[in-house]
Amino acid sequence: MERLKQLAISEEGFIFDPVTGNSFTTNGTGLFILEALKEGREEKEIVDLLTEKYGTDKENVSRDLMDFMEQLRSYRLI
Amino acid sequence: MVKKKYEKPVIKKLQMGFMNKFGRGYLSHIRQAIDGVSIDKLVEMYGSPQFVFSEKRLRQNYRRLYNSFSNRYPNVQFGWSYKTNYLNAICAILHKEGEVAEVVSEFEYEKARNLGVPGHKIIFNGPFKTISSLKRALEEGAIINIDHFEEIQDIERLAQSLNKKVKVGIRINMDTGIVPQWSRFGFNLESGQALDAVKRIAYGKRLVLNGLHCHIGTFILEPKAYSLEIEKMVNFAYQIEDDFGFKIEYLDIGGGFPSKNRLKGIYLPPEVIIPSGEDFAEAICDTLLRCLRPNDFPKLILETGRAIVDEAGYLITTVHAIKRMPDGLRAYVVDAGVNLLFTSFWYKFNIEIDREVQGIPEPSIIYGPLCMNIDVVEESINLPPLPRGTRLIISPVGAYNVTQWMQFINYRPAVSLITIEGKIELIREPETLDDILGKEKLPQKLQLNLED
Repeated sequence: MERLKQLAISEEGFIFDPVTGNSFTTNGTGLFILEALKEGREEKEIVDLLTEKYGTDKENVSRDLMDFMEQLRSYRLI
Repeated sequence: MVKKKYEKPVIKKLQMGFMNKFGRGYLSHIRQAIDGVSIDKLVEMYGSPQFVFSEKRLRQNYRRLYNSFSNRYPNVQFGWSYKTNYLNAICAILHKEGEVAEVVSEFEYEKARNLGVPGHKIIFNGPFKTISSLKRALEEGAIINIDHFEEIQDIERLAQSLNKKVKVGIRINMDTGIVPQWSRFGFNLESGQALDAVKRIAYGKRLVLNGLHCHIGTFILEPKAYSLEIEKMVNFAYQIEDDFGFKIEYLDIGGGFPSKNRLKGIYLPPEVIIPSGEDFAEAICDTLLRCLRPNDFPKLILETGRAIVDEAGYLITTVHAIKRMPDGLRAYVVDAGVNLLFTSFWYKFNIEIDREVQGIPEPSIIYGPLCMNIDVVEESINLPPLPRGTRLIISPVGAYNVTQWMQFINYRPAVSLITIEGKIELIREPETLDDILGKEKLPQKLQLNLED
């Protein structure tokens, strides 16, 4: 997750990538995941944290996380 | 403490320099009901996917268009274009409104008769009319518009065998500035072919020419093209009357009026670019009244299909799976594809969802259920992250889809009608295996017995 540490992420979810010059926006949940990834947390752990934080079901969260990771990969952020 | 509301995590790249003033963002298109009947109830009754028609909208569209013409010209008749939608219930509504049937094949002719339309209320067009269907149409007094010289011969022979003189119309084609020019049907006017056809009919002495038919194209966005069509038709009609003594009793100007659908490749929204029925009526009727001789009002026949039925039809479909494409694009797999939506090849539909969905909209692609690469319902649409089970309501889909749909890979689904009274009627049952196997025959030697 070294790549993620290069990003400038604002509290409102605005992301600037100084390597490519690209900008992104993310929502609250996305921001939470990015921070957790930067801290080096495992995906399984993030699912638990999200489930706990939002009180939503695990299966959904884990499916959404997988999709979010795919988006990060498609933007070459991880 | 109340927990924060969960929202699907989304990250979106910001695009700069690509804004355009016509761009349509996702405007939160939510539709929970059609004519007051909830999408949930419709799906609960007849499943998904499901075509749904609105009787109210159908009648409104017909009346609005018919009135635009009848207010401007005293002798107007609409012919319902069966090929646009020949579901019995749809045809019956329009016949009850006053439309005659416009058919283009033996099958459609039989369908109209089976529904209870008398022969003299059928207009029989098309390039392939079988001898048996022509015979029946002649016996039953249908209006026949001849497409080619062979057909003149066919009808003459039939008239001889029936020992009567029969009235016929001819189809002509012409240049009205519309590209591509529809020149494959009927006789060409500019080349003199149409005049040759009239000469041939006069020479044969068995037929009486009493009508002209023309159809200049489809999804015409230019009312002036119809003015030109009318002008040329009226001039030709008088040439026929003066030189051959035939009285032209009707001018059938075909169809081709657009619906409020968005053609692919056209940037402006349909509300801006598509002329109203009034615009067409004005161009057509004004030209008629300008060109016709005093006290001569031949019947003006219109075969409008799409402009009447397209917006009365909806397709409910359901998100079955969500995928992420290698290029980052979000993709949805839904239970209705190009097998049901033939018009998706040229239309960019209006797509609504049945519920509020939180999250940032992102460009998405909608795939149908077929195991075929071409099965794309929508190539690019901004959608919030839709969960599995979300219903999409696609419109307008009332024209051509329920006639050109394919039984390919999947069964064809139910079609329902919401009546003016708000009742839900099943107007076509969903197909079952028996419907498809019913016509198949398996030779004895190929019977399988693999379980032994």
